[in-house]
Amino acid sequence: MKILVTVKRVIDYNVKARVKADNSDVDLANTKMALNPFCEIAVEEAIRLKESGAATEVVVVSIGPKACQEQIRTSLALGADRGIQIETDTMPESLNAAKLLAKVVEAEQPGLIIMGKQAIDSDNNQTGQMLAALLDMPQGTFASKVELIGEKVHVTREVDGGLQTIALNMPAIVTTDLRLNEPRYASLPNIMKAKRKPLVVQTPVDLGVEMKTHTQLVKVEAPTERQAGIKVNSIEELIEKLQNEAKVI
Amino acid sequence: MRESMEFDVVIVGAGPSGLAAACKLMQQANEAQRALTVCIVEKGSEVGAHILSGAIIEPKAINELFPNWQEMGAPLNTPVTEDQLFMFLNEQKSIQFPNLCVPKTMHNQGNYIASLGNVCRWLAEQAEQLGVEIFPGFAASEILYHEDGSVKGIATGDMGISEYGQQKDSYMQGMELHAKYTLFAEGCRGHLGKSLYKQFDLDAKSDEQHYGLGIKELWDIPADKHQPGLVIHGSGWPLGKGTSGGFFLYHTENNQVVAGLIVDLSYQNPYLSPFDEFQRLKHHPVLKQYLEGGRRISYGARAITKGGFNALPKMTFPGGLLIGCNSGTLNFAKIKGTHTAMKSGMLAAEAVFEAINNGCEGRKELMDFDNRFKSSWLYEELKQSRNFGPAMHKFGTMLGGTFNFIDQNIFGGKLPFTLHDNKPDYAQLKSIHDYDTIEYPKPDGKLSFDKLSSVFLSNTNHEENQPCHLKLTDLQIPISYNFPAFLEPAQRYCPAGVYEVIEEETGPKFQINSQNCLHCKTCDIKDPSQNITWITPEGGGGPNYPNM
Ligand SMILES: Cc1cc2nc3c(=O)[nH]c(=O)nc-3n(C[C@H](O)[C@H](O)[C@H](O)COP(=O)(O)OP(=O)(O)OC[C@H]3O[C@@H](n4cnc5c(N)ncnc54)[C@H](O)[C@@H]3O)c2cc1C
Ligand code: SF4
Repeated sequence: MKILVTVKRVIDYNVKARVKADNSDVDLANTKMALNPFCEIAVEEAIRLKESGAATEVVVVSIGPKACQEQIRTSLALGADRGIQIETDTMPESLNAAKLLAKVVEAEQPGLIIMGKQAIDSDNNQTGQMLAALLDMPQGTFASKVELIGEKVHVTREVDGGLQTIALNMPAIVTTDLRLNEPRYASLPNIMKAKRKPLVVQTPVDLGVEMKTHTQLVKVEAPTERQAGIKVNSIEELIEKLQNEAKVI
Repeated sequence: MRESMEFDVVIVGAGPSGLAAACKLMQQANEAQRALTVCIVEKGSEVGAHILSGAIIEPKAINELFPNWQEMGAPLNTPVTEDQLFMFLNEQKSIQFPNLCVPKTMHNQGNYIASLGNVCRWLAEQAEQLGVEIFPGFAASEILYHEDGSVKGIATGDMGISEYGQQKDSYMQGMELHAKYTLFAEGCRGHLGKSLYKQFDLDAKSDEQHYGLGIKELWDIPADKHQPGLVIHGSGWPLGKGTSGGFFLYHTENNQVVAGLIVDLSYQNPYLSPFDEFQRLKHHPVLKQYLEGGRRISYGARAITKGGFNALPKMTFPGGLLIGCNSGTLNFAKIKGTHTAMKSGMLAAEAVFEAINNGCEGRKELMDFDNRFKSSWLYEELKQSRNFGPAMHKFGTMLGGTFNFIDQNIFGGKLPFTLHDNKPDYAQLKSIHDYDTIEYPKPDGKLSFDKLSSVFLSNTNHEENQPCHLKLTDLQIPISYNFPAFLEPAQRYCPAGVYEVIEEETGPKFQINSQNCLHCKTCDIKDPSQNITWITPEGGGGPNYPNM
């Protein structure tokens, strides 16, 4: 069985995002970029399934400018077999991403598609769901455990107040949650080998997808800065301030 | 048994010296049509992540390495247009020196203001295109030796070890990288370099090394205040008597300026906090006029090696070389170490390539390097500046400055005697009983900030559950000796607030918040008891500097 994993290039989670002076977007100039942590978990899960003998091939796909090949190489260094880059000038909105991925799925015919539940830059949490709808496939979102049992994939999901396990017919789409696994480090020999693993580049035109604009980014604002705390001398003063200044009681 | 990989040359550190060496090696190999395998390990999460510099870059070395760097798109975009030099008398007053009175070495026509981090990112691209394997996120944690005592290579650290030494789920054993020659390009106070000094007694004939701590911030400022190419240097206030150092403010591209303060680590006052000195410095009208209304984007700190010519160690040993600031090639009269670090790497690359090309299998000491070094402009330049640092230490900023003016401008650095300064920086610290406490003003949150919000902007991070990378030889010393004698100065000299003494019911307790560390190496240098050893944490940890 072939597993398709989607990976996204995002701002590194250690880096503090900074809003551009004109509020048009987050400033990504000279910032460290990395593999989206949820996608990294997806890659790890696919490799573990391959190592256990349940899968035979792991293909990673990323959409974005040429720089996202770096994240594909990282995934290949972790153990994926080959990569596909869909070249776009900017990061596409979720629906366009899902449409592009749907074409890749049609061409690759994987038995399982593993995706991050969301990317940490836009926090949309919808591409997996959209892809499932476009392909009319079953989906198991927020997975904290994935098992292949017989012809089905069993996905344990983190839901409010507990865990829910569902069995899906394959091919299916699984989106990963944080507790699914702890990704490995890439080793030096594997990083070197990854440079020689196959990576093909395609364009939305090749895939016959028209990139429509459905949403427009209006404004990005930094969180308001927290005011420094003050010390009060008595309970009376505290109550006075809560009533008259903070107006909360 | 650890796995191993074989290379012709392994380079530790992707700073200007390591990258220049790598490029020069491959250029020679490609020209001679000879296969050569070169790899660089870099502890930062990417090339440039741990690079913090000024930087005014003198293009001498890059002109030699890539004569057409301009067409190739090297990020040296802002030529210096104006030099200003100040002496601050107090928090308001200052004297600006007329250009004529400034030592020649401090003139910057023909130089460029740049982010050294970005220059390194660019050099790494060139190196990769030339065929160098670069591995960011891997720290060289150990030196490997052959039975005959020559250097065999390095080992990368184990990954995925818990705080208490157990293997975690993500455990990955370190790797051995073997090479005919290993170049140590770790920058100032390299941790492997430090053990090579001992192993091969490299500093037997040199003066004591000296250091400074550089603290730097990057600011977005209003467009109407921005003058690309303007360079400001100065000394004096806020540093008090017995403390030397200097500040800088450079106008770079895109409405950004960088401001920084270098405090010589030979300071004596145990109450001194370089971080707080820098914070109050920014309120001086000369700096404030540009920073006011701006926004701070990044913060970081890094030690510099400033002993210069007199403190240069032997740079060769069997199986390898020390290059760049790891050996101390910085020219302190110019406060520039980039072009000299690059040149030392290029000279090393020439010596190494010639040896390998002649069939050498390593293990030998490259004696030939010394001749190349001595007949290079690098040697000449460092020799000319040999008295600059010691003069500042000996005579103080004013008189030392005058000496340097005469030495550099009138005698071109060729005065027929050499000043020496042999007291190590850590031994300079005096007891708290000799000084009054220093009251630093509270940060205003606009120009000046506290330590924690500053460290936040360095984007530093270390995987939390790993062994502490700041090793105490004796666990008691911080409280039993450093605390009563110096009020544990690590609390103040560390620019990241890593060290704290916490009052508990049972008495004071020494705490190390190692995840905040900026890899500046100051604690390793300045601890008066020489009780702290900085070792490499898990690769990829540490700051994530943008264009610093
Ligand atoms: C505040 C400040 C201002 C400065 N201003 C200027 C200026 O204006 N002009 C100028 O020319 N110079 C300036 N310098 C000096 C200049 O930055 C240095 O001389 C130069 O960076 C030295 O280059 P290097 O390659 O020797 O070391 P570094 O630049 O320090 O690079 C060393 C690299 O090795 C990596 N490394 C270290 N140890 C290991 C290990 N064990 N394993 C793996 N990787 C490792 C580090 O992460 C780093 O990337 C300044 C320095 C400072 C701190
Ligand atoms: S712990 Fe040491 S190396 Fe780390 S930031 Fe503090 S002084 Fe620098």
